[in-house]
Amino acid sequence: MQLIACPWCGPREEVEFHYGGQAHVPYPDDPGGLSDEEWAHYVFYRDNPRGRFAERWNHSAGCRRWFNAVRDTATYRFERVYRLDDPKPLATELATSRRNTAR
Amino acid sequence: MAELLRTHPLEAWSTAFERLPDTVGITVEPFVAMVDVRLRAVGAEASAALGVDLPTAPNTWVPSGSGRAVWLGPDEWLLSSTTETPEELEARVRAGVLPLGGSATDVSAQRIGLRLTGARVRDVLAKGCSIDLHPRVFGRGSSAQTTLGQAGVVLLAQSDAGDDHVVLVRSSFAGYLADWLLDAALEFTTTN
Ligand SMILES: [Zn+2]
Repeated sequence: MQLIACPWCGPREEVEFHYGGQAHVPYPDDPGGLSDEEWAHYVFYRDNPRGRFAERWNHSAGCRRWFNAVRDTATYRFERVYRLDDPKPLATELATSRRNTAR
Repeated sequence: MAELLRTHPLEAWSTAFERLPDTVGITVEPFVAMVDVRLRAVGAEASAALGVDLPTAPNTWVPSGSGRAVWLGPDEWLLSSTTETPEELEARVRAGVLPLGGSATDVSAQRIGLRLTGARVRDVLAKGCSIDLHPRVFGRGSSAQTTLGQAGVVLLAQSDAGDDHVVLVRSSFAGYLADWLLDAALEFTTTN
């Protein structure tokens, strides 16, 4: 079983965690001004890259805090975890799998 | 109206616990008052108001008067008291943290405590808990919110020898966990 490092509790088994989808999806500046289609895009449309992806995770069976992680969707490897108030990863860190180079 | 008698969720397990050898002792802790505290910043003011320095290191607990203060999150603690009623504890803690922007909620009925003592309790816990409970890393004052036999628990290390732990479990899971613990302890009990 893979261990996920909670920023507060340290490495714990992955069954203690819940997935929270893509991280850094900004809340619309003017929600009332959005068309139904734009609202649907905000609520439902998410990136689905092959490679490193910034995601939200919750340590649901432990401290119950949300945090962010960069996970490679091709290898399921957690590249790093960071707190919600840490800066967003740079585009250069994301969206390319290390699958071919990590071996 | 029928009179509601308060019964302990583990009353039916008391004889089974009494039969256990000292190496895997399980005793049910009496009901205690517990309050969940939410507070953003912990400083001298909070310590003075509560009479305890809330632990800020993740996964630790400290004694607090007759009870304990357990870290549950960066802005959340569990305070318990064996001498105050739930109402008294909640009112006292609330009066302390409210001026600091915090909150206090009585959660006394949420969890009950089991005390596990003996040389083999670490082996019993290890059957259903992935946390390293070796006293080198989990000595007195350590705590962990995790799963034990798939039930959500709070583990509190009581000694530096790894032979004394308190397990806080949700009341509705207590019977399940009691059965699980008895099963896990089976190999350390004598069979005559
Ligand atoms: Zn955690």
